Amino acid sequence: MNFRHAKTFLLGAIALGFLASLFADKINPYWLFIFYDIGIGIVMAVSLNLINGYTGQFSLGHAGFMAVGAYTSAVITNQFGDLSFFAANGIFAVALLAGGLAAAVAGLLVGIPSLRLRGDYLAIVTLGFGEIIRVILQNMDKVGGARGLSVNHGWANLFWTFGLAAVTVYVVAALVNSTYGRGFIAVHDDEVAAEAMGINTTKYKVTAFVVGAFFAGIAGGLYAHSKQFLTPGGFGFMQSITFVVMVILGGMGNTIGVILAAILLTLLPEGLRMLSGIEHLPGFTAERPLGWIGDTRMIIYSLLLIVLMLTRPQGLFSFKKSSAPK
Amino acid sequence: MSALLQLDKATIRFGGLTAVSELDLQIGRGELVGLIGPNGAGKTTAFNLITGVYQPTSGEINFDGQSIAGSPPYRITARGIARTFQNIRLFPSLTVFDNVRAVFHLHLRGDVRHALWRGKGFHAEEKSIADRVLELLEIFQLGKFRDEPAKSLSYGDQRRLEIVRALAAQPKLLLLDEPAAGMNATEKVELTRLIQFIKDKFQISILLVEHDMKVVMGICERIVVLDYGIKIAEGKPDEVRANPKVIAAYLGE
Repeated sequence: MNFRHAKTFLLGAIALGFLASLFADKINPYWLFIFYDIGIGIVMAVSLNLINGYTGQFSLGHAGFMAVGAYTSAVITNQFGDLSFFAANGIFAVALLAGGLAAAVAGLLVGIPSLRLRGDYLAIVTLGFGEIIRVILQNMDKVGGARGLSVNHGWANLFWTFGLAAVTVYVVAALVNSTYGRGFIAVHDDEVAAEAMGINTTKYKVTAFVVGAFFAGIAGGLYAHSKQFLTPGGFGFMQSITFVVMVILGGMGNTIGVILAAILLTLLPEGLRMLSGIEHLPGFTAERPLGWIGDTRMIIYSLLLIVLMLTRPQGLFSFKKSSAPK
Repeated sequence: MSALLQLDKATIRFGGLTAVSELDLQIGRGELVGLIGPNGAGKTTAFNLITGVYQPTSGEINFDGQSIAGSPPYRITARGIARTFQNIRLFPSLTVFDNVRAVFHLHLRGDVRHALWRGKGFHAEEKSIADRVLELLEIFQLGKFRDEPAKSLSYGDQRRLEIVRALAAQPKLLLLDEPAAGMNATEKVELTRLIQFIKDKFQISILLVEHDMKVVMGICERIVVLDYGIKIAEGKPDEVRANPKVIAAYLGE
């Protein structure tokens, strides 16, 4: 990957998101929401990839960070009534940032046990952390508890979702593609050797958790203001697994692959839903010949994952690693 | 002139076992010292004490005039002690180039903000690092493998790359942990030449842990012999070779 023009790419992507958001009312709302989900999926998967893929710290609690960001930003924006265009976007930006920061603090707390634990043990700790967040939210009456929390403003749009997805990709790619950032991969490859080569592994691991959690928190804020309804159950273990699957499927430590996987895995269930909705197919007499897909959609989805893992364990989109700058 | 590295009665105990007991060791500037001993004598443990992997239970370790006992390994490396490992520990998924480049972050002037902002200063610094990495790789004939993943190199090349990576830290003292392990006779001769070359070219001190007597006797100016964690002999290669205690430790009585 050539990162000479990284900033140009970043600004271009944000501008494109802005342009697209101007024409949002021409897009079928069903698709619009799928686009939001894709943008949010990219933020989640790419930020998790920094922790799991590049730094090699197996985290199963990414949805927990997302929940912290979602609830924090929602509580903030719910304080406001109807606002003018600029005020709304200003408040939204502040709320997203606050959600990201709250999640980053949570990431710091989880990062600390990661200094002592490795592999499976760390996975269990992060899994436990995610569940703790969920249970706390479930028992907090102020945010609706298990009944959920309505979010008054649907401020998420293409500009915010894709602009922030671009920022996430930029930050993770810029971090890793530098002499400083090779430290993340060094920690992943061999912690003892990294430490002996002057790399402060503690700092790198905590940095990965804090940065990863920060963007998960931002994704949570986007999610809250696109769905406009939050329940603690929506940020459970299964949700974390979905993001882990995106990272593994994309190829651990491969940003482009992870982006593609995030898009694919968001579209796949919807695509299967559409297949089942087809009224007529040539050669079939029955109406809705693929209707059975609708009932077995999630089974097919799971089966596809199993097949992909068996045939492409190195990731669906694993390209050659980037080489020396020319 | 004071010694570069000085261990005073450095001791480490693991429960009831004293792995290294009251070890006194000095290494002068530009000196090549060998540390030998039978299996389990505590050679690698002594290494781990110096590099900060283990903290000494008692005793002092001074490097370049400052105490380093209790410092974490990455800080000791930044001070100027770099090492290789007995069982090669490269970064297998990184390229040969990146294995060496990762170490250069020790000499970075900019930090994360540099990497994120990607201004002129960042690109200039990355370019100068790339040049220095390639120069180092060329000196050790590894330049042609720069874009290969480290794990795809042959055993001998991996050993060499590990030494190059350690040199990238620009150490004052290089610790080599059994560099001849698993090498055949020809490779050992080459290794001996390589170590001599490094010492002359980079003007650094080297502490060599080695099993192979030929390698050690051939190049070391001074040899320290450990047995059961205790220093039993020290001196020039010939003196050590003739020392009855050393013969007893290696061959039994």
